[in-house]
Parts: sequence; structure tokens; C-alpha cells
Amino acid sequence: MIEDFKKIYDNRHGYMKAWKEKNPDWKVLGYMCSYMPEEILYAAKVLPIRMLGGHEPQNVTEPHIMGMFCPFCRDVLAQGLLGKYDYCDAIGITHTCKHINQAYESLVLHRGVDHFFVPTPNKMQAKQALPYYAGILKIFKEQLEAWSGNKITDDDLKRGIAIVDENRRLMRQVYETRKADNPPISGLDSMYMVTASQMYDKVEVNKFIDEALKKELPGRKAKDDAGIRLMILGSEDDDTEFIKMVEACGSTLVIDDHCTGSRYFWNTTEPGDDLMSVIADRYLKRPPCPIKDMPSRSRIPHIQGLAKEWDVAGAIVIQQKFCDPHELDKVAMVNALKAIDVPTLYLEFDVTVPIGPFRIRVEAFLETLGSEDLF
Amino acid sequence: MGIYKTEPLKCWGKAKELRLSVYEGIKKARDNGTMIVAGGTESAIALPAGFDMDFLGGEPYGASCAFAGVQDTSWNRGLMEASEAASYPRDMCAYMRIGIGSLLSDKFVFGGKYPVPTFNLQTHICDTHGKWYQIMSDIEGVPYNVLDYVPYEWETENESEESKRLKRVYMKDQMLELIDWMEKVSGKKFDDEKFINAVNWECESTSLWAQCCMVNQAIPAVMDEKMMYSLYIIAVLMRQQKAAVEFYKVLLDELKDRAARGIAAFENEKFRMIHDSQPPWHSLQIFRYLEQFGAVSIGAHYSFSLSGGWAYDRAQDKYLPALAPKEAGVTLSTREEACDWYSEWLLAYQTLLRSLRYSGRGKHKRIQDIIDNWKIDGMMIHLNRGCEGTAVGQMELRRYLSDRGIPALTYEGNLADVREFDLERTIDKIDTFMETVGLKKI
Repeated sequence: MIEDFKKIYDNRHGYMKAWKEKNPDWKVLGYMCSYMPEEILYAAKVLPIRMLGGHEPQNVTEPHIMGMFCPFCRDVLAQGLLGKYDYCDAIGITHTCKHINQAYESLVLHRGVDHFFVPTPNKMQAKQALPYYAGILKIFKEQLEAWSGNKITDDDLKRGIAIVDENRRLMRQVYETRKADNPPISGLDSMYMVTASQMYDKVEVNKFIDEALKKELPGRKAKDDAGIRLMILGSEDDDTEFIKMVEACGSTLVIDDHCTGSRYFWNTTEPGDDLMSVIADRYLKRPPCPIKDMPSRSRIPHIQGLAKEWDVAGAIVIQQKFCDPHELDKVAMVNALKAIDVPTLYLEFDVTVPIGPFRIRVEAFLETLGSEDLF
Repeated sequence: MGIYKTEPLKCWGKAKELRLSVYEGIKKARDNGTMIVAGGTESAIALPAGFDMDFLGGEPYGASCAFAGVQDTSWNRGLMEASEAASYPRDMCAYMRIGIGSLLSDKFVFGGKYPVPTFNLQTHICDTHGKWYQIMSDIEGVPYNVLDYVPYEWETENESEESKRLKRVYMKDQMLELIDWMEKVSGKKFDDEKFINAVNWECESTSLWAQCCMVNQAIPAVMDEKMMYSLYIIAVLMRQQKAAVEFYKVLLDELKDRAARGIAAFENEKFRMIHDSQPPWHSLQIFRYLEQFGAVSIGAHYSFSLSGGWAYDRAQDKYLPALAPKEAGVTLSTREEACDWYSEWLLAYQTLLRSLRYSGRGKHKRIQDIIDNWKIDGMMIHLNRGCEGTAVGQMELRRYLSDRGIPALTYEGNLADVREFDLERTIDKIDTFMETVGLKKI
């Protein structure tokens, strides 16, 4: 159940190698950004798994990618170059940011792996984006059919949508429980749950989440004292050591806006006759990465809404160093939280995070938030 | 006495006059309260040309500030610091930070206050560009919109016709909607005839610039890259205007004449180089330093293609100037036809913008095309911390060149933020590079 999420996260490659042996008629595709339309991959009997970093110092990416590119893309590239994802039969990306594009291009150039590029729209709010993206997804489906040798029927697509939507619904239910005064699941375990869903077969993970919801979470308190309720938002973040440290300092992370968190699963597919359109529509309507949030700033009401509904006292805004998408939204998001009286702590992340200095800053932030109790 | 004859370009003065006329127009519009549209110049700038307006483009404005900073650091460091003081991170696009700093400081490098536009219209040519003018609009309080741009893939990727059709329709339909949006937020009537003319002129002037670059295949080169910066900028700033077409026709004739007479840009041309990415605008003297060794940069994928229209010719396996509507035998009669053609032009022939998105094999092929056809001996790669779009793929490009025995010099810098450029170190790197390729100071 909850502990299984951590096991999957910690031993992601072992789990996947074992899974592959048990499922020889499936292929595995590694992807780097949460915009990958996983429904179609499940329909094609291709297991999508997200390639994340290893959070360890590495020295293999310097000849491929400039140091000013974000640590996440360099870490992912390092994992690929080091062969950690060699069990993947292909890699794929959607158009998200330049940095991820660069990591993908380098892997294509140097690992000789089959690859798929899905040119997602950037102006997700445009009404023209739906027919465009539905058409692009149809092409992607045909490419997958040719590559996997599996014809994808409408029933297959419905099955794929059902698996992925079930995962989204279950995780949303878990997140709802975090509204409690003393949440039954910590921010750390929530992060393990979402990343495990990205790293492993959702059919299996869904069972763990369902079981946790039914048997483990009711009546449970993640901590004796939840402490200060915090939100965390920003770039890709699966820095579990950081999350652990924050929650050990007298706080609980009760909600997030990360692509390794709520952005990944927040909305489900709406019913419709044309399956490519309903899949496309779901991705266009999901809480966006900053890079796709234009011309309106839809992230502002969404994030303010999360902060209010989950009743947070403060927010940690993290940004992978050099992460342009989140740097571009930094001022707007900090101001948006300030406008609803949610103080923020802004931190820059790297492949490894210096926990000591960060602890001092987090403790100071929490002390500030708790200062009202003194007077 | 050099190896080749050289002489000044006759149309140099005209280029300067045209460049300044753009900013004079913006100043007048600001002072008279007439319509200004702002956005990236690598946008679909023919689109708002259906109105009487002046277009303020962020990238050449940033370059101008960076260059002005050589004399007065408030135009470079000062604007960067103004942006940083407002919490905008210092490693973002340097042009964007200059734009934000200029707006927040209410200073315009061509004189007076910063000209606030009627609206901002941007094209999502790179992730930063898409968001840049959203931020500007946040501060200015003026309407903002964006045209999404999903370019065709490089020829190496064998993209399907259906994929291209979807991209073209997506872009065309957005353009049509944006015209309605511009009318709504400006309260002005869009003139289809002006728009159609602008599309024709943009295609023609960018095709002509590509033809000018083709002439530079001559030995000796008729233009060096530093000259090109003063010439391609006409297409950057005002390619949608008839004056740009007329200028490039004159320039093309003059360049052909120079090639026929063997007139060189640089009298001691011995080692032909190309450059990658924008130059450090604050330190253009590095190009003159190359010349002390008989080396000359005669172009770049960047300066050839930033506002050049290039089409891949499968039969010849090379890139050639794209055909503008008139040359292709196409007459644009309606708004819809113009949007459709314009979309195709930007998606298929804007090869620099394509490389911001797809940096691997396709970009390598294009660079190889330039190396082969412009007879290049070596390459200089500006690892540009100020523009992540052009920096995408640079280290892989270096590996590609190295694997093929093509000498390559890398230097780290920033196109506009002088604080991230070390001139002495760059000079040292040039010295070392020249030694490795066997060149000594003349």
C-alpha cells in the first residue's frame, strides 16, 4: 500500500525489469514530460514510464549539453547515457521545453534508440488547438501501431483511457484526504504515490492506491502533529530528501502544483464520441505547465484555489536552476500568492540539493509563519 | 596591401537610414499617440501590418541596448539590474530582461520614455518568446496575445504530409482569429490589402536576403559577418515593407557586381569561418580580432536564416532561397489565402526558428550544407547564455564537427549581458585556436 509507492520509487528499474520479463508481449517507452498521452500507449500495449533523474552527481552530460541547461534535463540525460533506462524499447517526448528537447535529441543521437516526438501545441487555450492536437494524436497512434505491430481499436483506446483515468481519480481522492486538519498521508508519501504512478504499470499502482484509500488512510494520521500546512509548487520536483526535511521541520505539505504531483493527474477525460478529441481535450484542459499558459494566466486562479481549499499557511516555490518555464512565471505566481496573503519561500534546486543550508531557510520561513502565535 | 581588393558598400548609408527610420517611426508614434504594436521581431510581423502601425521588436531593441551599453553601461547593466531588482531571474533571455528593464526604467534607448504599445502580439517561436510579452503586458496593462508556432521538422525526419497540413491549418486559423482580436482590442479596421502586400513583401525580402547570402559563396566573400549584421537587420526590422524589398534588390545587384569583380569584404581572407548563435553585441571587436590572423567569419546559420527564407531542394540535397509568392506563380487575393501562404512560409522556410525547436540531425545537416557550399574552414560557436533557443544543440554541434575533423572554437558568453562575457579569455581562446589551425598574426 503506501509503503509500496516508496519501494517502486526507490527500486524503479528493478520493478520495471521484472515487469518486462512477466509481460513479454508489451513494449516500454520512456518519456520525460507529463504531457505524454499515456492513454494511447496503454492502448498499443506499450507501457509508458517517466524518466526521472537520479539526484546523484554525474560527469557524463558536459560534452552534450551546456551547463546553463536545467539540472533536471541534465540528470535525465545522464541516466539515459549511463544506460539506466536501457530496458526501454523507445523514448518519447512531447514539445514542452527546450531543455527537455535537448536531452531527448542527445539520447536520440547517442543511444540509437527508437523515438517518438509528439508536437503538442503551446497555446493550449486556443480553440484551434483541439482539432490540431487530435490530428497529431491520430498520427502518433498510427506510428505506435506501425512500431508495436499492434492495431489499436476503439476498445483498446477506451481501455487505455480507463486505466489512466482510474489512476487520476484515485490520486485525486487521496489528495482530497489531505484537506483534513491532520492529513492521513504526508507530502512525501504523496510524492512517492504520484511518481510511482509515472514509473510503473498503472494497473498495479491503482491497486495499491485503491487499497490504501479503503484500508489504510481512513482514521490514519501521517504525523502526530501536522504542524504548519504548506503548499509546494514549481518545476519538476521529485527531490524526496528535501520534502522529507521540510516535513521534519514542523510542517506538512498538503498540496502541490508540480508535474510530478497534481498537475499530472488533476483532471480526467470527458466523455465524447471521437476518442482522439477527448484525449486531446484532456491534455489541453489540464493544469498547465507555465510554458503553455497563455495568453491568459490560468495558473493564477488555479493555484490560488488550491491554496485556499487546502488551507495553507505558506508556500514553497521551487525552481530547478535555469528552468525557464518557471522562471518566467516566478513573479506572477509569487504575487498571486501574496495577493491572497500566502507568504512564499523561493528556492532554486539543482541535481542535488544542499539540505543543511536549505533547512536553515525552511526553518526561518516556518518560524516567520508561526510568529503570529507569539504575539 | 592585402591579397584581395576591397571597397565600401555603396548601399551602406541606405541601410543605416532604414534602420533608424524604424525607431524614428516608433518615437513619433509614441509622441503622437498613434498605434504601436510590440512583440518579437521574429514574429509574424506582417500580421499587424493590416493596420497603420509601428512595430517595436524586442530582440533588435535588446541588441541595440547591448551595443549602446559599450558607451553608457546604464543601457546594458543598468537595464539588467532594473529587471533583477523586480525579481526577474538573471539567467533568463537577456533580450527579454533588457525589455523588462527598459519598461520598468521607462527609458527608450533611441530617446525619451519607453513606448508602451497598443497591444503586444507575440509568436511562440521559443518558450521564452511565448511568455516574454505576457510579462510585458502584465506590467504595461495592455492586451496580449500569442500565435503558436509548431514548425515543420527537418527533412532528416521525414515528417508526414498530414502532420504538415495540421500545423499549417492550425497556424492559419489562429492568424484569422488574431486579426479579429486585433480589431477588437485596437478598435481599428484591419485592411486586407495592406496585409496581403505585407505578406508578399515579407516573403520577397527574406528570399532576397537568402539570395544575398548565396552570393557570399564566392571566394573572396563579398560580405563578412559583421557587415551582415548591419544588412540582415533590415529584414529583421521591416521585412514586411516595400522599402525592404527595394533595398535588398539594390544590395543583391551590388553584391553580384562585387563578386564578379573579386571585391572582398576582407582583403586578407585566408581562413573562412562561420559563427553559431547571436554574437556578443557588446563585444563585436572579436570579429575584427580574427582578421589579424587572416580569418574571417562570412556568415552563420543565424544570420543567413534569422530573416531569410530557405527551402530544401531534395534533388540537389541543399538549401536554396525559397520562392516568394510572385516567383512561385501564386497570387494572394484574400485574407485567407494570405494567412495560408504566410503560415507555410514561416513553418517551412524559417529554418533558424526550426532549429530552436529541433536541434539534432537536421541542424547538423544544415550546418554541413553551409560548410560545404560556402567552403568553410572552421567554425566559431558562441555558447550563448543569453539565448537558450540558439544554444540548444550547441554542444552536440561541437561533437558533430569534431567527429568530422572540422576545427571548432567555442567561447562562452551572452549576447547582451556583458557581465557574462570575458573578453580577455575569449581572445586567449581565439589565439589558441589559431595556433591549432596553423595561423599566425599577419
